[in-house]
Amino acid sequence: MSTQTSGASGVIHNIGYRRYEGQRLGRFDIVKALYSQTLRGSYGIGRGVVAKLFPWFLVGCTVIPAFIIIAVETQLKTEVVEFHQYPVFIQMIPALFIAVQAPQAVSRDLRFHTLPLYFSRPLSPGDYVKAKFAGVFSGMFLLLAAPLVLLYLGSLLIKLPFGSTSVHFLGALFGVALLALLLTGIGLLLASVTPRRGLGVAAIIAVVVGSYGTANMLQSVLSFGGSTTAATWASVASPVTMYDMAQSGLFHYSSTGAAQAPNFAGGVGFTIILLGVTAVCYALLLVRYRKAAKA
Amino acid sequence: MSTITIEALTKKYPRVTALDQLTVDIPDGVCGLVGANGAGKSTLIKILLGLSQPTSGRASVLGLDIATQSDQIRQRIGYMPEHDCLPPDVSAAEFVMHMARISGLPTGAARERTADTLRHVGLNEERYRPMGGYSTGMKQRVKLAQALVHDPQLVFLDEPTNGLDPVGRDEMLDLIRRVWTKFGISVLVTSHLLGELERTSDHVVVVDGGRLLKSEATGDLMEDIATLIVEVLDPSGGMGASDQAANLLGQSGLDVRREGELLYIPAANESTYDTIRDAVAGAGLGLVRLQRDRHRIAEIFADPAPEGSQNRVNAN
Repeated sequence: MSTQTSGASGVIHNIGYRRYEGQRLGRFDIVKALYSQTLRGSYGIGRGVVAKLFPWFLVGCTVIPAFIIIAVETQLKTEVVEFHQYPVFIQMIPALFIAVQAPQAVSRDLRFHTLPLYFSRPLSPGDYVKAKFAGVFSGMFLLLAAPLVLLYLGSLLIKLPFGSTSVHFLGALFGVALLALLLTGIGLLLASVTPRRGLGVAAIIAVVVGSYGTANMLQSVLSFGGSTTAATWASVASPVTMYDMAQSGLFHYSSTGAAQAPNFAGGVGFTIILLGVTAVCYALLLVRYRKAAKA
Repeated sequence: MSTITIEALTKKYPRVTALDQLTVDIPDGVCGLVGANGAGKSTLIKILLGLSQPTSGRASVLGLDIATQSDQIRQRIGYMPEHDCLPPDVSAAEFVMHMARISGLPTGAARERTADTLRHVGLNEERYRPMGGYSTGMKQRVKLAQALVHDPQLVFLDEPTNGLDPVGRDEMLDLIRRVWTKFGISVLVTSHLLGELERTSDHVVVVDGGRLLKSEATGDLMEDIATLIVEVLDPSGGMGASDQAANLLGQSGLDVRREGELLYIPAANESTYDTIRDAVAGAGLGLVRLQRDRHRIAEIFADPAPEGSQNRVNAN
C-alpha cells in the first residue's frame, strides 16, 4: 500500500500498515527472552537508577569483604577463610537479595495483571515459571559465586597448591548452586502468593533469616545437651544451615555452625532434602501459575 | 471463510454453566460478541485462547483445533483484556517491545514493529513516558498495540471502549474498524452496548446465559430489532391523547408498549410507519414525534426466539 507522488524532487512513499513476514521464534527462544529480562532485571539493568542501587549495593557487600580477605592473605601468605565458609559468613546478603528480587520478578506481573498477556501468547505457565526461576536463580548464583571466584584467584596469588585449591573451589561452587536453588524456590513461592511486593519482601526475610536464627539456636542447644546427631539434623530448619550441612557432608568440609558436619551419607541426605524442598516449591509454583492462567 | 467455528461448546463450572451447547460460525472481518455481564463472553474467549478447557464440544480458530493446536493459535492471535494490565513504571515503548519478544519476534524486528504499531494506534512522544501517567484512552491504545505488535491474523478485544469518554470511544471504534479494513486483521470484539458494534462490526453474535441468541450480519440484526418512538398530542388541548393513540394502534395490530407519554412500537417493516401515521391522523391527533429508537441490548433478550432454534443459528 504505497502512494507515489512523482515529481522532479523524487518520490514520497506513504507507507501504511505493513505485515510482518519475518522470522517467528519458537517457545525456547521466548523463554530465553523472558529469562534474560528477569536476570537483567534482578540487577536493575534496563530499569531505573533506583532499581540498580540495592542489588549493586549487595554485590559490593559480597565482594568487598573478599577483597579485604585477599589483602590479608597476601600479607600473611596463608588462607584466612575457606571458600565453603564464606557464603555462611555473608548469609544475610543472599537472604536480602532474594527477598527483594523474587517479588520484583513475579509480584509485579500479578499486581498489574500482566499475566493474561503472557499466557495469551505461545508461552505456557510452565514456561513462565521456568524462565522466572532460571532468571532469579542465575542472579542469585552470580551474587554468591563472584566472591568465591575472587577468593580463588587470591588463593592462587599466594601460591596455594593449585590442584587441591581448585577442587575445593569447585566443591564450594557446587554448594553455592545448591543454596541458590533452595533460596530461589522458597523466595519465588512466597513472592508468588501475594501481589503486594512489600508483603513478599517481609515474608521472605522472616522465613529465610528467621529460620536461620532458629536453626542456630537449635544446633547450639542440642549440641550443648550432647545430642550431636540431633544437632546436625536440626540444620534442616533453615536454608543456609541445610546448605552448610549438605556441602560439608559431601566434601568433608568443616561445618560453620555449632553442629558437627555429617558424614558423606548424611551429606547426600541433606542434599536430597534440599533438592526435594526446592522441587516442592517449584511444583507449587507450577500449580499456582496454571491456576492463574485460567482465572 | 470462517475465522472461528464453534460446535456444541459447553463449559460447566461446579455451580454455573457458562457456555451451553454453543454453536456458531464467525466469519472474517469485524465480529461483535454481545451479551450482558456473565453471558459467557469472557469464558468463550478464554477457551478459544486455550487457557481454559471446555467441558464438551469442539472449536477451531483460523482452522486450528483449540484442543490440540492451541500453541499455534496463540502465535497467530492477539488478545486485549478488559481489565488494566499495564505496569505503571514502564514506558509504552519498552512494554510493547517486551511483549513483541514474548510473542516470538527477534529483538530487531520487535523494536521496529513496536515503533510501527504505536504509531498506528496513535501514540506519539508519550510512548517514552512511564504508563502510570497515561489517560485511560492512551492506556487502551497501548493495550491494543500489544495485541497487534506481532501482526496476528485475528485479535480478541475484550470491552475495548470501557471507561472511555465519548470522544475516546469514537476514536477507539474507528481504530478497531481500521484494524480490519486497513491492516487486514480480523477482529472479535466484545461489548455490552449494541450501538457501538453497529458502527464497527460486519457481523454480530449475541449470547445470553451461555447460549446463542442471534448470529447475523449487522444490518439484518438492526432491522430485526428496530423500534419506533411515537409521541402524540391532542390539538384541542385535551389530555389522554397517548391513551387514545395506544388503543388505536393496538387495534391496528401493532404491539404497543407505553412508557409515560411515549409509545414504543416494533418496526416490522416499512408499512409500520404508514399504519402509525394513518391511525394517528385519522383520530385527529397531532404526531409530535416518530423516530427510530436507539437499540438496546435488552430488546434482543426480550425477543423470544422460537424453541429449539436458539442452538442452531448459523452465520451467512
